[in-house]
Amino acid sequence: MTEEILRVENLNKYYGDWQALHDINLTLHKGEVLTLLGPSGSGKSTLIRCLNGLETFSSGAIYFKGKKIDGSSKTWQALRQKIGMVFQSYDLFPNLTVIENIMLAPVKVQKRSEKEVRAEAISLLKRVELDEYVDIYPRELSGGQKQRIAIVRALALHPEIMLFDEVTASLDPEMVRGVLQIMADLAKKDHMTMIIVTHEMNFARQIADQVLFLEDGKILENTSGKEFFAHPQTDRARDFLTSMDF
Amino acid sequence: MSWQIITQSLPIFLKAFELTLWLSCVGIVCSILVGIITSLVQYFKVPILGRVLTVYVELARNTPLLIQLFFLYYAFPVIGLKMSAQVCGIIGLVFLGGAYMAEGFTGGFAGVSPSQIDDGKALGMNDLQLARYVVFPQGFALSMPALAANIIFLIKETSIFSVIAIPELTNTALDLIGMYYRSNEYLLVLVIAYAIILVPVILLLNFVERKVRYGTFGN
Ligand SMILES: Nc1ncnc2c1ncn2[C@@H]1O[C@H](COP(=O)(O)OP(=O)(O)OP(=O)(O)O)[C@@H](O)[C@H]1O
Ligand SMILES: [Mg+2]
Repeated sequence: MTEEILRVENLNKYYGDWQALHDINLTLHKGEVLTLLGPSGSGKSTLIRCLNGLETFSSGAIYFKGKKIDGSSKTWQALRQKIGMVFQSYDLFPNLTVIENIMLAPVKVQKRSEKEVRAEAISLLKRVELDEYVDIYPRELSGGQKQRIAIVRALALHPEIMLFDEVTASLDPEMVRGVLQIMADLAKKDHMTMIIVTHEMNFARQIADQVLFLEDGKILENTSGKEFFAHPQTDRARDFLTSMDF
Repeated sequence: MSWQIITQSLPIFLKAFELTLWLSCVGIVCSILVGIITSLVQYFKVPILGRVLTVYVELARNTPLLIQLFFLYYAFPVIGLKMSAQVCGIIGLVFLGGAYMAEGFTGGFAGVSPSQIDDGKALGMNDLQLARYVVFPQGFALSMPALAANIIFLIKETSIFSVIAIPELTNTALDLIGMYYRSNEYLLVLVIAYAIILVPVILLLNFVERKVRYGTFGN
């Protein structure tokens, strides 16, 4: 068995009186890809944001590499260097050039040498075929380019797990493939541990080792990717797949 | 209109000119500092201090400088706090200006898309790093128009210092008129003196605004 990276135990989350997440349990091992599926409003973003402390939770526990996270902001701040996250809104910092965007956190947060980080940033940019845009400001880039750079920016911190929250949902259709390709590459070549929220069912089926199907903040199915797409157990999951033309 | 009256008054106006310039500069620099700190504290919702500063901003923006100056100059000595007119003037100007600047910067910070904060946090940055590298540079560039307007406003506002007998430009002109009854001449000098300060400042601010924009966002 490979090393456990992330474990969530009985996590509950309330917004005021209203319960957004019910008793969430999940375990993720090194190199595994988990996709979080579910209809809009089912709590996917809420859950994935709990996993790097951008949302607080009401009860339950999260363990990173077997160690319980104490929930203090200091702990989360340190952990976020190991838990990369990319969002739907492909926001680069508009006041920084592409390379400055990528170098900011490794240099200022991790205190690594500028020279080393720059070299790595450039090789990462080559990998996503954007190395000609090193000194460009974000306003000159397309959404797809920005999103690829946002992924590179997160990778530059050397995370041990990457969280993706619908990173292609706001992109023009012709940009989607390039971004998905990078994520597929990360899974296959780098064996990156990942949690992916997506509405791209084909992609999810190809990449998912594990699927969590959420509805109304509850896990209705927690199974292997193969199993979920071939034999969904619940009517809700079947309806969902049908609604996604699947 | 007599040239002689004008030339005779020039040395005394020059002194007043220097004083207005000096009070404006000190007032503006301090106001900007107060404004930056206040707006950042409010932006990051620092507990307690954030609330206190909100009260400050509302209070300062909604009372006239005239009243603030009277208060500092005439009421404070009653509780044993006696300050020179110039110190009162600067404090009053910064009290007012800091609040206006804070509003301006807050407007600029509001233009920084909040999703960038998530991005920054997800990259392991703390509030201070976020403020320094992300929120502040963008917010500052975006608040340049408000900053420029406030600078002009504060320079003009120094004329109110005349009521507590600080010998700046307006006070000097009013004094001279009171003594010699030559309002045409003295008012002309007064207007020209303010123009000599304000016109270059306006031009400079326009230039700086463009520079900062380019330096920040690349266009
Ligand atoms: N800050 C908040 N306060 C109150 N309710 C919230 C808040 N954020 C989210 N919610 C609610 O929590 C539920 C889950 O939202 P969430 O964004 O996690 O759904 P999602 O599965 O990511 O949906 P989508 O596919 O549309 O992104 C929704 O009903 C939403 O309205
Ligand atoms: Mg969502």
